[in-house]
Amino acid sequence: MLAVRDRQDKIAFAALFRHFAPRVKGFLMKAGSDAATAEECAQDVLATLWHKAHQFDPARASVATWVFTIARNRRIDVARKDRRPEPEDVQWGPDDVPDQADLYAAAEETKRLQEALADLPEKQRQLIQRAYFGDLSHSELAEETGLPLGTIKSRIRLALDRLRNKMT
Amino acid sequence: MTIKHHISDALLMGYAAGTLPEAFSLVIATHVSLCDDCRAQLAAYEAVGGALVEDQVAAMQDDALGTCMARLAGPAPVASPVAVRQGILPGPLAHYVGGDLSAVKWKSLGNGVRQAILPTARGSSARLLYIPAGMAVPDHSHGGLELTLVLQGAFRDAEGHYGPGDVETATEAVDHKPIAQAGADCICLAATDAPLRFHGIFPRLLQPFFRI
Repeated sequence: MLAVRDRQDKIAFAALFRHFAPRVKGFLMKAGSDAATAEECAQDVLATLWHKAHQFDPARASVATWVFTIARNRRIDVARKDRRPEPEDVQWGPDDVPDQADLYAAAEETKRLQEALADLPEKQRQLIQRAYFGDLSHSELAEETGLPLGTIKSRIRLALDRLRNKMT
Repeated sequence: MTIKHHISDALLMGYAAGTLPEAFSLVIATHVSLCDDCRAQLAAYEAVGGALVEDQVAAMQDDALGTCMARLAGPAPVASPVAVRQGILPGPLAHYVGGDLSAVKWKSLGNGVRQAILPTARGSSARLLYIPAGMAVPDHSHGGLELTLVLQGAFRDAEGHYGPGDVETATEAVDHKPIAQAGADCICLAATDAPLRFHGIFPRLLQPFFRI
């Protein structure tokens, strides 16, 4: 991803495309898109990743997480219903941490979250999937209390540290 | 700003997932603009989204990569403008208002209480409320969920005291009568996914006219 961001490296982009396009397509199909729409949206998402690569900040999110947010926003645009206003932007973390180290840590974290999701009881895992695929209304979501993801708690602490260290 | 009342986990997750009614998203985007705790939690729930994307796979068509590569040389899509704070209005809210507080088109509800409805998709509604210090908002309950974010001043009801940045999350069970506290007049952003029900015959008659 850093090669794409810093050098507009098309070979590196092709590798990202091969990895993420099928995953975005799969995600969107789970979220209710037909195959043709999901294919087209996955194309859009990866093209956006290229065009917005300069905005990618490994202190803030892994590549997978960033791809997820682009796909989420694309899905909302396509639905043309409820808009989703974004918060104000802030800088995450001090500038002197090398991006490579952040990128590695963020990728590790996505892996840990995947493992944590896989370890959840089936019912709980399905609940979280349904929340992200849009099959669960906010009132249904609110009734289901206690998402027992210790990994999420440590992720929150990490993000807080970064926000508190931000250069303002 | 010391924020004591935050956005619930369920709503932050829904906002991360992008599945909430627009008016709730506006309150959450506004609160997150003011609150690093909720910003950190939101980032964590987005990371869960990232982990879920990693777990899916559906094969792309054979020519997909070539088609996409051909698009890269094209012009970048126009970026949406970054939300900028205007006075007491955090960026996302300033965007909906179209400026700072002076751009709000208030309508009087009587007794100095004013409101301005913000444009959102059907299915939820967002409005700014202006309540003079010491005044009460008409007694009401609601069929769904109501989020109220304080921008200036403070209010108190049976649930507690809410100052700038705080969000009250009121479910249909809450029958509350918020009273603006002494000091600065209270300005709030309120969002519901169902019409409010006012008690007392007079407000109920007015309801269709004021869309409250």
